[in-house]
Amino acid sequence: MATLNQLVIGASIGAVLLLIALGLTFTFGQMGVINMAHGEFIMAGAYTAYLLQPLVGTQSVLVALPVAFAVAGVLGLILERLAIRHFYGRPLDTLLLTWGISLVLQQVARDIFGAPNVQVRAPGWLTGGLDLGVRLPYNRVFIMVLAVGCVLAIWLYLTRLRHGRRMRAVMQNRQLAAVSGVATERVDQLTFFIGSGLAGVAGVALTLIGPVGPTLGTNYIVDAFLVVVAGGLGQLRGAVIAAFALGILNSFVEFWVDNGASLAKVVVFAVIIGFLQLRPQGMFVVRTRALS
Amino acid sequence: MVGTAPAGPTRRRLAGPALFVAVGLLLVAVAPAVLSPFRLDLLGKYLCYAIVAVGIGLAWGRGGMLTLGQGVFFGLGGYAMGMHLKLREAGPGGLPDFMVWSGVESLPALWRPFANPVFALAMVVLLPVTVAVLLGLLVFRQRVRGAYFAVLSQALAAAFVILLVGQQGLTGGTNGLTNFQMFYGLDLYQPGDKRILYLVVVGVLGAMFLLAWQLSRSRFGQLLVAVRDGEDRVRFLGYEPAVVKTIAFAVSAGMAGIAGALFVPMVGLLSPANLGIVASLELLVGVAIGGRFSLAGAVGGALLVNYAKTIFSEESADNWIYLQGAMFVVVMLWAPRGLAGLAADLRTAVRHRRRRPPRSVPAPLPSGTAAVVANRAEEPA
Repeated sequence: MATLNQLVIGASIGAVLLLIALGLTFTFGQMGVINMAHGEFIMAGAYTAYLLQPLVGTQSVLVALPVAFAVAGVLGLILERLAIRHFYGRPLDTLLLTWGISLVLQQVARDIFGAPNVQVRAPGWLTGGLDLGVRLPYNRVFIMVLAVGCVLAIWLYLTRLRHGRRMRAVMQNRQLAAVSGVATERVDQLTFFIGSGLAGVAGVALTLIGPVGPTLGTNYIVDAFLVVVAGGLGQLRGAVIAAFALGILNSFVEFWVDNGASLAKVVVFAVIIGFLQLRPQGMFVVRTRALS
Repeated sequence: MVGTAPAGPTRRRLAGPALFVAVGLLLVAVAPAVLSPFRLDLLGKYLCYAIVAVGIGLAWGRGGMLTLGQGVFFGLGGYAMGMHLKLREAGPGGLPDFMVWSGVESLPALWRPFANPVFALAMVVLLPVTVAVLLGLLVFRQRVRGAYFAVLSQALAAAFVILLVGQQGLTGGTNGLTNFQMFYGLDLYQPGDKRILYLVVVGVLGAMFLLAWQLSRSRFGQLLVAVRDGEDRVRFLGYEPAVVKTIAFAVSAGMAGIAGALFVPMVGLLSPANLGIVASLELLVGVAIGGRFSLAGAVGGALLVNYAKTIFSEESADNWIYLQGAMFVVVMLWAPRGLAGLAADLRTAVRHRRRRPPRSVPAPLPSGTAAVVANRAEEPA
């Protein structure tokens, strides 16, 4: 019974990681950009839900999801236009640049909302849980449904829509896509918008399971990067499997091992290093003849 | 770039060593005479960070390995030293103060060997180097590199801090190790003894700088730069890049460990806040701003940034965060080679105007340009 409980907790954390990692894996895979400020889009999404609360009342989560997507997406777009586009193909430089931006954004949040955490009240129908011998909390189930919905939407976008196919084309071979008439710069902007927007959605999801603070994003960004590393660059399937595996592994170590909460991250790290011995480029790799 | 200066006029060849001696004299003779004990302590702290910066300059500047987990090695060295000092203080059979507070009854086995001063000193270097060699071999041999390596090293820092905080009884948890009084016979509450410690730090920094400099000038250093700029080509020439990178990474880890061990008596405390993700990145800021391709730039940058941090934090911690973020953005956008890069550009420009070379002779590329070009070429296929 406890096992099932841990499974649900782990899977819901995995679902949040997945939403965060999708944006990272696409921007990294397509533009060679490591965006440390991605965590601050999570925070922006969460604070959006907090601000909407007095305006919309108890159903604020439903309203907040699309609004947070737009807010975080636009933030991402601004960042891309102002700074990141000068750094395409230089991941290490973007990493430092965006870390500086992330510091500033966190401090801005601290100045606006104050350093202490704030709380977003979940609507009534998300409190309580489904009783199946073990209680499945509705909020965690909701997060999982949300993540599955987002992944389905992304998958449809990538495979069925013209825009999505262009995105895959740019990711696989930028030059060839460009000479075939794809406006790669526009595609880059759209990718950034969607990726950042998903982080905003993840932020709203996080308000359902915990308080909101200026450093909300930092707590998840490292794990999300590990998901990208383990899943493979720009790989939807890889991100899904790696995110849930990481979330569940983490939650089980925390529960089963004595004093596990402090060991969980170490175990996850060791497992990932071990996994990279078998598959150095992550779970799924686009095979090319390129040397590196 | 002192190390790579061609056999030019003697004046230029001697400029590097002259600067080294001048700065050394300034630190050894002038600083203790003019600075108050409080300021001298702060300078000593900056110098500890500068030792880490030398290592980062080697691993990142020469080797292209962006390590976001240098705080881990700093911490391993620091805790090894801190544990020894705490045991010394508690005396034979005694328990360190924080263990008593968190209800630990007998000394954990992990702590016991650290009562031996020689063992502790050895661990200061061996612990970080071992971790770095393990991680380096596992990761570099699989050709995991660049951003992947950066992300992994950051995850290591995150895991390390959570582990330290969680094992309250072993590590002192969030508070870390505090209240040090003696350091190998030096009374840390006596300004005179503290000055000796400061001189030790200056000496170690000088030694580490010379070591890194010598390594950069050696065949190994050239191989390291070659690996940075074209890892596959080096492999085709019959070298194993993983070994080259691991050695450089381990040396930088060892330096960070030594710096951590000196930081503990110098500052009087070591807590997880000094070695987490943020702290590890702060170690990088100075190197990035000073100029990662120049060892002197890395050291200067570390001193400058930490001095700025003290000055601005004395007024308001918030301002410092804004300034730090802004510095990162400005340096990355407009001066990726840092202050040392700007200085090199300036020197080249001045020399050009003085000599007015014929147009057909191409200007010597400032070192580091190759790296920027190489970075651009790395665009994913």
